[in-house]
Amino acid sequence: MIQLRNVSYTYPEATTPALNGISLDIAAGEVCAVIGPNGAGKSTLCYTIAGFAPYHFRGELTGEVVVDGRRTVEHPLGELVKHCGLVFHNPLNQISGARYTVREEPAFGLENLGMPRPYMQARVNDVLELLGIAALAERSPFELSGGQQQRVALASILVMGPRVLLLDEPTSQLDPHGTKEVFAAIKALSQTGVTVVLIEHKPELVAEFADRVIVLHGGQVQLDGAPRAVLADPRLPPLGVSVARYTQLAHTARERGLWPAQAPLPVTLDETVAGFELPSINPSSSRPAHGSGQ
Amino acid sequence: MIPLALEEVSFTYPSGVTALREISLTVAPGESVALIGQNGSGKTTLARHLNGLLQPSSGRVMIGDWDTRQHTVAKLAARVGYVFQHPEHQIFKRSVQDEVAFGPRNLGFAPARVAQLVEQALQATQLSTVADQHPHDLLPALRKRVALASVLAMDTPVVVLDEPTTGQDAQGVRAIGEIVERVRAGGRTIITISHDIDFCADHCSRLIVLGGGRVLLDGPRETVFAHGDILEQTAVEPPQLVRLAQRLRLPLAWEPQPLLAALEQSQRQR
Repeated sequence: MIQLRNVSYTYPEATTPALNGISLDIAAGEVCAVIGPNGAGKSTLCYTIAGFAPYHFRGELTGEVVVDGRRTVEHPLGELVKHCGLVFHNPLNQISGARYTVREEPAFGLENLGMPRPYMQARVNDVLELLGIAALAERSPFELSGGQQQRVALASILVMGPRVLLLDEPTSQLDPHGTKEVFAAIKALSQTGVTVVLIEHKPELVAEFADRVIVLHGGQVQLDGAPRAVLADPRLPPLGVSVARYTQLAHTARERGLWPAQAPLPVTLDETVAGFELPSINPSSSRPAHGSGQ
Repeated sequence: MIPLALEEVSFTYPSGVTALREISLTVAPGESVALIGQNGSGKTTLARHLNGLLQPSSGRVMIGDWDTRQHTVAKLAARVGYVFQHPEHQIFKRSVQDEVAFGPRNLGFAPARVAQLVEQALQATQLSTVADQHPHDLLPALRKRVALASVLAMDTPVVVLDEPTTGQDAQGVRAIGEIVERVRAGGRTIITISHDIDFCADHCSRLIVLGGGRVLLDGPRETVFAHGDILEQTAVEPPQLVRLAQRLRLPLAWEPQPLLAALEQSQRQR
């Protein structure tokens, strides 16, 4: 669904490239988490897939970006956004400011596409329901909490039915309950074939919801693999990425002989609990330390 | 150094939404307090009462001997520094240096004192190397630290941080944690609003849990984390290691060392 071939991108007036020789293939329906320290190129990667770089930001793009069969440089941004939705980190950069109620905000994008009114009403209701904000429908988007605004911003993109969804920390201001609701909604969409690229700092969420994790650093892909492998990789901390606290704890426990020496480190709470609950921990123990945390 | 007091504070927004219901609490100088609770529980509304951005519909808020209703926001700014969640809401100068100097200048400090406060704030936030850059040319995560630096430089006895760790990488979270520790070690009061419960457990010795505009729990970490049922009502998940300890039926701990010791002991007993 998304192909990057040796992609480099440099912002105008910048001396070093933000992306430096990235090649990636992301399959349809995949939930691909992008992690890395600040300045690694995570947001720029999303802007580049969406076509905002170079269309909106200008700057210099080399290599090839193909999304849903379209080379981004060969199609106008107005065409690309129909297939590829980008949710910004700050919801206030997304909310139009041109609408008075939460209900009208997602409708705005559909109006611009000239959709018939009954269709719009049904679509908007579905999306507000999906994201757990139906009760806020008549409130002003500007009177909501940050977490609620994040859901409105996401709704305004989901309502357009994009095939590719690019999310920049979509739940950074949400409480754990709202976070799980939003991630469950994203996961359900991916199961209908929507491809998701997700910037996320919290290893717990990545382990639970992503199919694949890409670690960026200095505009390059440093690690790329299944969450189970990447999130327990000892190279993460030197790359400026934190691992979950229970992963860290299991690492220390292993050094003290409290975690089976040959078992992989856990990346979810369930795996950690299962590992520590093994009846006996000694080098001859052959039971794997995997839990039920799928 | 000044204490804070909320006395039966209720607040209803003009839209009719009641965000705070008869909240009474006091915060002593030098405390590091976290305000936690689900979205819409009243955390930010409460915090905005501390610098007079909002006035209680009933009850009163005392910042030391000042009733917030009798002082302007500009005057209260000398006592309560407020770092907004979105730096865009407070940044407006052309260089990081100017931005950070604006607050202390505005409070009428002497130039030498301003220079000293700015330097300290830039150092604490690890921004000294970008002092001459335009704040809007910085990465969002650094821009957020500019907002923090500009409030630190005002040397207020009370500092309020609204979601300080969002968008920060591991190093940024560490830097902000160190700032909280330093501010508190200097005897100032620090109030953190956050969903990052692991950060709160690391750096805040008192947790105030809000739900539906009321205080559901208020106490030290060990007391608050022991009330999983109440935390669940307001969508707060205990820290990762607390949840692990609970699942393993070990004594409650949010730091690795006591948990490792408990694990060692329980494995020896098997």
